[in-house]
Amino acid sequence: MTTGTTTDAVARATRADGGEDLRLVRVTKRFGTFTAVDDVTLTIPQGSFFALLGPSGCGKTTTLRMVAGLEEPSDGTIHLGEADITTARPFRRPVNTVFQNYALFPHLDVFENVAFGLRRRGAKDVRREVEQALELVELPHLARRKPAQLSGGQQQRIALARAVVNRPKVLLLDEPLGALDLKLRRQMQIELKRIQTEVGITFVHVTHDQEEAMTMADTVAVMNAGRIEQLGEPAALYERPSTTFVANFLGQSNLLGARLTGREGDRGIVDCGGQPLAVPSDRLPGLGGADLLVGVRPEKIQLRPADDEPIAGENRLTGGVVVDASFSGVSTQYLVRLPWGQEAVVFAQNLGLGERFPSGTPVVLAWDVGHTFALAGDPEAGTQAEDDVVGLRDRADSGAAPLGVVAR
Amino acid sequence: MSRWTRVRRWLGRNALRIYGVIAFAYIFTPIAYIAVYSFNSGGKDNLTWRGFTTANWTNPCGAPDVCNALGNSLKIGIMATVVATILGTMIAFALARHRFRGRTPTNLLIFLPMATPEVVLAASLLTLFLNLGVNLGFVTIIIAHVMFCISFVVVAVKARVASLDPRLEQAAMDLYADEVETFRRVTLPLVAPGIAGAALLAFSLSFDDYIITNFTSGAVNTFPKFVYTSAQRGIPAQAYVIGTFMFLLAFVIVVGTELARSRRARLRT
Amino acid sequence: MAIASVARTEVSGDPAAAPDRPRRGRRATPYLLLLPGMAWLAIFFAVPIVTLFGTSLQTPAPSGEIGAFEQTFRFANYADAIQEYSTQLVRSFVYAGIATVLCLLIGYPLAYMIAFKAGRWRNLLLVLVVAPFFCSFILRTLAWRQILGEEGFIVRTLKELHVIPAGMALTASTTAVIAGLTYNFLPFMTLPLYASIERLDPRLLEAGADLYGNPLTVLRKVTLPLTMPGIVAGTLLTFIPAAGDYVNAALLGGIGNRMIGNVVESRFFQVVDYPTAATLSFVLMAAILVLVFLYIRRAGTEELV
Repeated sequence: MTTGTTTDAVARATRADGGEDLRLVRVTKRFGTFTAVDDVTLTIPQGSFFALLGPSGCGKTTTLRMVAGLEEPSDGTIHLGEADITTARPFRRPVNTVFQNYALFPHLDVFENVAFGLRRRGAKDVRREVEQALELVELPHLARRKPAQLSGGQQQRIALARAVVNRPKVLLLDEPLGALDLKLRRQMQIELKRIQTEVGITFVHVTHDQEEAMTMADTVAVMNAGRIEQLGEPAALYERPSTTFVANFLGQSNLLGARLTGREGDRGIVDCGGQPLAVPSDRLPGLGGADLLVGVRPEKIQLRPADDEPIAGENRLTGGVVVDASFSGVSTQYLVRLPWGQEAVVFAQNLGLGERFPSGTPVVLAWDVGHTFALAGDPEAGTQAEDDVVGLRDRADSGAAPLGVVAR
Repeated sequence: MSRWTRVRRWLGRNALRIYGVIAFAYIFTPIAYIAVYSFNSGGKDNLTWRGFTTANWTNPCGAPDVCNALGNSLKIGIMATVVATILGTMIAFALARHRFRGRTPTNLLIFLPMATPEVVLAASLLTLFLNLGVNLGFVTIIIAHVMFCISFVVVAVKARVASLDPRLEQAAMDLYADEVETFRRVTLPLVAPGIAGAALLAFSLSFDDYIITNFTSGAVNTFPKFVYTSAQRGIPAQAYVIGTFMFLLAFVIVVGTELARSRRARLRT
Repeated sequence: MAIASVARTEVSGDPAAAPDRPRRGRRATPYLLLLPGMAWLAIFFAVPIVTLFGTSLQTPAPSGEIGAFEQTFRFANYADAIQEYSTQLVRSFVYAGIATVLCLLIGYPLAYMIAFKAGRWRNLLLVLVVAPFFCSFILRTLAWRQILGEEGFIVRTLKELHVIPAGMALTASTTAVIAGLTYNFLPFMTLPLYASIERLDPRLLEAGADLYGNPLTVLRKVTLPLTMPGIVAGTLLTFIPAAGDYVNAALLGGIGNRMIGNVVESRFFQVVDYPTAATLSFVLMAAILVLVFLYIRRAGTEELV
């Protein structure tokens, strides 16, 4: 990298000398009789963009605060590289936080806000560092304003600059985009990703917005009721959810009750409402009993007319009737009632060709066997009913699939 | 629309404002009276208008004992304010920021003095001093003033501390400030206006106090005491001068702060 | 880079090596903060009140010396005092009650005006309500005495216009005392009222009007109930000090206007009768507490302070 640009300089200064992974080992936090974080073990590789995703009250913010030092774990340890920082006070950790409401000091101007951490540590050449940080977030002209004079988006970026300027080993973001309107949020998501890539600091981003987590993060951990349900890359979590909560919380899933009846080569055969379906063996949970839930994402299903011929390598469900068809431009969302009463959601991309199926049409649901997954557990976990209102609004705002009926 | 209807409409819409003007006239009548009579010339009493003069203003200490009483009031006021503000602020922080046992009795002990009639507070303190054989004077007055000011300071500061977002202090600690630094650089500057307001309140309560002071002052004269005891003979015009001056001073300070604050608010884009 | 090396040495220096202050020590902080102030209140408020109670049970010493009393735990003191001074007690509460009602009638529209019709002058107007406080209240009360006195401009004009009979004096009268009480305690009523009215969502008033309520109905059924907390707070803050006041009665009233505060004061300073003064103080406090309790039970209240 050649010299010259601000961000290059910042990036070079920060870029890693490896071995600074953030590790949480069996971390637990109890408030009285309530366990907010339950035996959580995580390793966050240095320099990655990590998202902690979950509904309100799942313990993600508490976990973040324990990493920041603002809460002390009841059990377990936290390590940054070789150092055990479990009981270290926040001002002794090389970790900085971007707070949900930004927490900019109202009595100091933007420059002093950004310089705060530097001054506390007796840094030299504060002015240059602050200017670089402000240029990184593209707001150098606001240095002398007070926080009350800034818009929400600007405050958010100053909060980010204030944290990043200290070159922490880990940057914690507590739902930083929650208060921004949709368009600004999308913009900031891209900005944050860009900054993280350039500066190379480990970002730990807490959010309840599953779309945000999936677009920005390298690794996502889905949390529910104090535990991590699943950890992995966004695509892996989406295509192969390991619990019903994850299946319902990330996007939407159709979860159909079924019973395992046998195996054929590398597939298991299940009976779903009297119809046979195939599930790849490696997706079958290691269960004692035979009852399970077969899952398939709405966008993977194709609707075919009732008299359609089956195709090899496909799962088919016959006897469905279209109950609702909502055209939203990009796609059409169908609600199909299956013979046993359950309603399935199907997204049909608007390709301009193929038929449209108005309400009342008998249809067949077909999808590639490889897109099938199987789960055990509560089919309602992680559905809209459990989400907080904010989560609902986020989904509606973000233009994701309308709040359809998931599994019932 | 007829002229009468239009007048009626205007009255209807502005009835409250008109009322406000009348109410404020009522509130300020004695103040205006005092201000006017501070320019009254001649005589030991100030009951009838004798003529305009600025002599009282140029010679505010002209009447005997006026400035002695004023001086005492100021000294007592400042000392009582300092002590009450410090003690009260400490209590306010403990109440607003910490968890501890015995919160209910603490709250009770703080709020009871505000709910007790002054005469009872005065009587009880006097009884205590008499029983202990303590000489009534400067010290006893200050003790009494601090006592009844603490509660007001606590209420005023506590409101301000409670409204302080704890995340600001957390942000400071996250940015490498330890507890002392955090308090110095973030908490204190943000709470300072509340403390200043509480101090101003305490000073006004102390300066203007009569009942409790009367019971606990012995021979020491304070400004309200001076005015009260001269009520029979006739209050010298200098007292009016001082009254008017204190009013103007306090008014300017408060209005000035308000204007400064609203100007800063207007700078918001 | 310089800053990076600073970061590495100062911050990333092994945190485990720097021993952290034990969390336990921080638990003493609130008690230390509370100690001086609460001790002051305990010694100079709680203890004196208890001492006063003790004094209220004393009787004159057999030696007959002025100011000498012995502790006899004579609870009958209370019965005696109430009997002897029942007039003043009742009068105090009546005066305070009337003054409170007047304050409410004057203060409510004033607070309403400041909250809704003052626009950006509202803070200034609030200051103006409190401003007279900056000028000694004794001076102000005496000013009223002179304004309402025989030689005063107002009285002379009113007499000439035959609004008031020629022989009537406005000072040294019940009217003057109550007027003085009202004037002096008006800010105590107005500010809590304002705080409560200001929190009213104007859209609720609009909803009332939208649902066919005329202004009076809206006032009765929407505004007043919703601002009740302010009314309760203001009433208590006015009534309690007014009942115990004696300055207004002393300066603006005559012999027939003495309130219980005057009696206590004279029992202390003129007739050296400490037990009676103490007894009366407690009777006043108790009566106030009872009235306040009943009032709160009826009017309902959340946060008073």
